[in-house]
Amino acid sequence: MRSFPASKWVVPALLLVALAIPLLTDNSYYLNMLIMIFIWTIAVSGMNMIAGYAGQLSLAHAGFFGMGAYTLGLLMAKAQMSFLVSLVMAVALTGIVGAVVGMISLRLKGHYFAIFSLCMGVIISLVIEKWESLTEGVRGLLGIPIPKIGSFEFSTVTSQYYLILFFLVLAMFVNRQIVQSLVGRTFISIRNSEELAEALGINVMQSKILAFVHSTVLAGLAGALYAGYLRFLGPEVASIEHAFEMLLYLLVGGISTLWGPLVGTALVMAMMQLLQSWQDYRMIIFGPILVLIVMFLPHGIMGALARLKMKRQSVLPETIDNENRVIEKGTTDRRLAGGEIDA
Amino acid sequence: MLKTEKLTKSFGGNIAVNAVDFQINQGEITAIIGPNGAGKTTFFNLISGLHRPTSGKIFLEGEDVTNKPSYEIAKMGIARTFQTTKLFAEATVMDNLIIGHRLRTKSGFWSAVIRSKRYRKEESECREKALQVLEFVGASELANRPVASISQEEQKRVAIALALATDPKLVLLDEPAAGINADETSGLAELIKKMKQAGLTICIIEHKMQMIMNLADRIMVLNQGTKIAEGTPAEISRNETVIEAYLGGTPHAQAH
Repeated sequence: MRSFPASKWVVPALLLVALAIPLLTDNSYYLNMLIMIFIWTIAVSGMNMIAGYAGQLSLAHAGFFGMGAYTLGLLMAKAQMSFLVSLVMAVALTGIVGAVVGMISLRLKGHYFAIFSLCMGVIISLVIEKWESLTEGVRGLLGIPIPKIGSFEFSTVTSQYYLILFFLVLAMFVNRQIVQSLVGRTFISIRNSEELAEALGINVMQSKILAFVHSTVLAGLAGALYAGYLRFLGPEVASIEHAFEMLLYLLVGGISTLWGPLVGTALVMAMMQLLQSWQDYRMIIFGPILVLIVMFLPHGIMGALARLKMKRQSVLPETIDNENRVIEKGTTDRRLAGGEIDA
Repeated sequence: MLKTEKLTKSFGGNIAVNAVDFQINQGEITAIIGPNGAGKTTFFNLISGLHRPTSGKIFLEGEDVTNKPSYEIAKMGIARTFQTTKLFAEATVMDNLIIGHRLRTKSGFWSAVIRSKRYRKEESECREKALQVLEFVGASELANRPVASISQEEQKRVAIALALATDPKLVLLDEPAAGINADETSGLAELIKKMKQAGLTICIIEHKMQMIMNLADRIMVLNQGTKIAEGTPAEISRNETVIEAYLGGTPHAQAH
């Protein structure tokens, strides 16, 4: 459950590196790449909450990402609202819509929920594409002003980098607090067994809705930051391919681990960039890699690390424990059973 | 303590539980026995709120709880175990148990994010409760072991501990002794007696007759969804209907 890196220093060190990068390089290509990784990590970490921890695979998250993006874009471009107000409204709207969609869709279980959420995502992307009088449809939404907080304009890539890094750290902090709390344990208990959770007095439906809203809010936040950064939106931001990309990042990095979303998103997006010149042939590389990961690292990179750690920690006490039991019972079959566990 | 009136559940045309009048008395161990498919687990599912009855009523301490959802029933003091323990195999015993006391806590999303004073108090209460129930079932040394690495019998104990962590008044045990050997079964019987001594009311489904005859204060026998007998172990073992339907053969044959 504690998938945090073992050493206390890893997190502060990573944060320092992230803070220092813009000081070391002016190369906007790299900064742009990192910004995109940060934005998608926020969205994927949202997907992780509902799909990973609460165990309900949602494919609606590209839709909520698009909803957050268009809400901020429209409020800033058409209603001349400030960046912060628009951001709050975008987050609030995705949360409210998430609650309503959750109340309906979370009554379904397993594949049925996944299919419903997939349809939900498609509906949102269709609304964005077809409601031309509001969203400008396929022409795209232009003229989103530069985000400003007070008199400070986030006009440079570096300033945007820090803005988005701030929200990434915030999102990951909130996720960590939740996952390592009774609330997160409640989500995990639902993933483990809904029947048992209910029998233990947990209002499963309410907890699932909470996890879902938390996850749609994060997707909406990511979308809003995306809109504030690019300042141009097309309906393809909400397209269903993004939902599958997010799932890919999550599976590679490690589902239901705290760092899986960041690791997976960074790794896959960086590889995509490296192989950019291959265009669609990239998938020839990606397909086999995904198959290999599913076969050999079924819990993703961070999941495999966490399991390795757990194994290492539990080997010693387990051995001692079994030996004690052998002495207590003093029977040969016990000894055999103990030996098997040790091996 | 708990009473059912004409409790009935049908799945499609199949009547699993048929008009059962039943009572669980405070502080007693009540057993439900019957052949496979007699409707015992369905009966548990009804009184624990997992399934809604087709007709009939359930009263807990005089209050009508017939259509209450499972989690509310649990809050009112009915805990249960399942035939398969349903524990989270990859997590440690402790991690499994902490959630057991969650229903007695109030902290929500934001108090967890900021780790408010109340939140920290509630979390430590959950941990204390987990340790306490683990000690009660005699499995303290297992606290940090992954559930996947402990024995079947130990898992049964942990599942009971999890039910106890909810601070129940009534505990429903669904075949706690299934799949464990004779030595372990008597250990488990001791634990159930200890639960009774601690003031808990217990209702148990079990196939191991010797265990039931020694443990139970009262027994109800179900056959094809219908209650065919009720009484003390001594009465049940003499009851001809029961012997025919369940134990097989005549009392005379039993004697040999």
